[in-house]
Amino acid sequence: MSATGASAEELPSAGPPRALRGTGWLTLLRKELLRFWKVSFQTIAAPVLTSLLYLLIFSHVLERHVAVYDGRVAYTHFLVPGLVMMAILQNAFANSSSSLIQSKITGNLIFVLLPPLSPTELFAAYVLGAMVRGLVVGLGVFVVTIGFAPSLLAMPHPVWALAFALAGSAILAILGLIAGIWADKFDQLAAFQNFVVLPLTFLSGVFYSIHSLPPVWQAASHANPFFYMIDGFRYGFFGVSDTSPWLSLAIVAGFLVALTALTLALLARGWRLRS
Amino acid sequence: MVTPAVEFQAVARRFGTVQALDGVDLAVAPGEFFGLLGPNGAGKTTLISILAGLVRADRGRARVLGHDVVDDYREARRLLGVVPQELVFDPFFTVRETLAFQAGYFGIHDARAWIDEILERLGLAAKADANMRSLSGGMKRRVLVGQALVHKPPVIVLDEPTAGVDVELRHSLWAFIRQLNASGHTVILTTHYLEEAEALCGRIAMLKAGRVVALDSTHALLARFPGLGVRLVADRVPAHWAARARRQEPGALHIALASHGELEQLLADLRVEGITIAELSIGAADLEQVFLRIMQEERAA
Repeated sequence: MSATGASAEELPSAGPPRALRGTGWLTLLRKELLRFWKVSFQTIAAPVLTSLLYLLIFSHVLERHVAVYDGRVAYTHFLVPGLVMMAILQNAFANSSSSLIQSKITGNLIFVLLPPLSPTELFAAYVLGAMVRGLVVGLGVFVVTIGFAPSLLAMPHPVWALAFALAGSAILAILGLIAGIWADKFDQLAAFQNFVVLPLTFLSGVFYSIHSLPPVWQAASHANPFFYMIDGFRYGFFGVSDTSPWLSLAIVAGFLVALTALTLALLARGWRLRS
Repeated sequence: MVTPAVEFQAVARRFGTVQALDGVDLAVAPGEFFGLLGPNGAGKTTLISILAGLVRADRGRARVLGHDVVDDYREARRLLGVVPQELVFDPFFTVRETLAFQAGYFGIHDARAWIDEILERLGLAAKADANMRSLSGGMKRRVLVGQALVHKPPVIVLDEPTAGVDVELRHSLWAFIRQLNASGHTVILTTHYLEEAEALCGRIAMLKAGRVVALDSTHALLARFPGLGVRLVADRVPAHWAARARRQEPGALHIALASHGELEQLLADLRVEGITIAELSIGAADLEQVFLRIMQEERAA
């Protein structure tokens, strides 16, 4: 085998180098964070600006027309946490779904499929990366809108708000992961976003209290899991909500557990990733 | 008995109505330079993908150094480096980031020195901080090779590594892969450049329609058909000779002959028809002729 004159010393000998097993997902998480950070104008600044525009327009038009919680809370104050949560949900979904579909379409997903990353590791990296994006955008929206409702800073139950922010971002991150794995084209992903995620978000009570709806729509809203995320999140700010925060927490946690189990099972089977 | 570097046992896989692999048995010993040959659609890439865990087999088992690619996938993938056929890359990152991420996915977080060495050896040092998008096709190919080596796998699989690569890069890649093999890595190469397999591989398996139709040392395969190859440039050629010729360069015909008796027949036919020979050269049978013979025999069988 010395036809080329290469000796065994020229290259380090074959054999696995120092690898910390089970840590590969930390690198994937870092890559996921860098991926959106490198284009933060588009992934963070743009959605923050959109939310600010929603606030300016809706609060200006509706402030005197919409009564929430029997007039105990001003509409602008009511709207701010709704917009924060909507930003968290939409951006968590956008991050995992776009990362997956881009990797699939460009073909570079293979670099993640070849290493010994377990289904749990893949899940953790994509979901945590998307949660961070959602929470960072949510925080950005909070910072630029809080000036319109400064009393919100004295929130009575910050732990509740945090719990729903985390659970909501995780749920949408997982939905984004499923959508990204399922879709073969950007078109299919856009359909998932526009026909599932967007209606569920807008009809969840971001812009209104469901008590202002006719009974039929109130009942329909209770079948929307997004409603409980936003309602529970608002409870943290006002100490009042449309539904008991415990009920919301139970439903959101149940949804999160079910989606996690489903997604881990799909990843273990290699569904649409390993043929 | 030594554990094979790579082992396939009765591996089968069907895609829809196409039986991509139909019971493949193969064992590659540690340190071998092994070639996997076959026409397009023979199942080479499917076989490699099963080894890499990208595709699941319907039946049979694949192992890397004794580790099953399904039941013990973590160990199997740690021992395997794969250079994919497609020129894929992540446009968000630089060459160095690409290699560092790949090392990290394998749990290697302090690979800087080794990555510097890979960059140096693959002639990528000057491009280390360039974005992947800005690289030429040949440079991207080198990064793919680097990504496959970043966790120092003992077994390396290259799926058509020189497809669409210019001559200079082809030869520098060959030299690099030879060095890897010389330093103890098992190398498995799929290619349809038979010249490449003949130059590099110690042993060769030929695949056709999902089955292994020949498996032997390159030397033995070449000796299997004691024929000769004729390169002929003439103003025309009798039809029955033209039918069995290959045209791999403009104006010249390559004809595989079983014996010197056949050569005499060819020359006699040319003389009878009054054809003027412009150029004629005769050589030993090459792998391409062996390959075509085996494929033809399979078709006849």
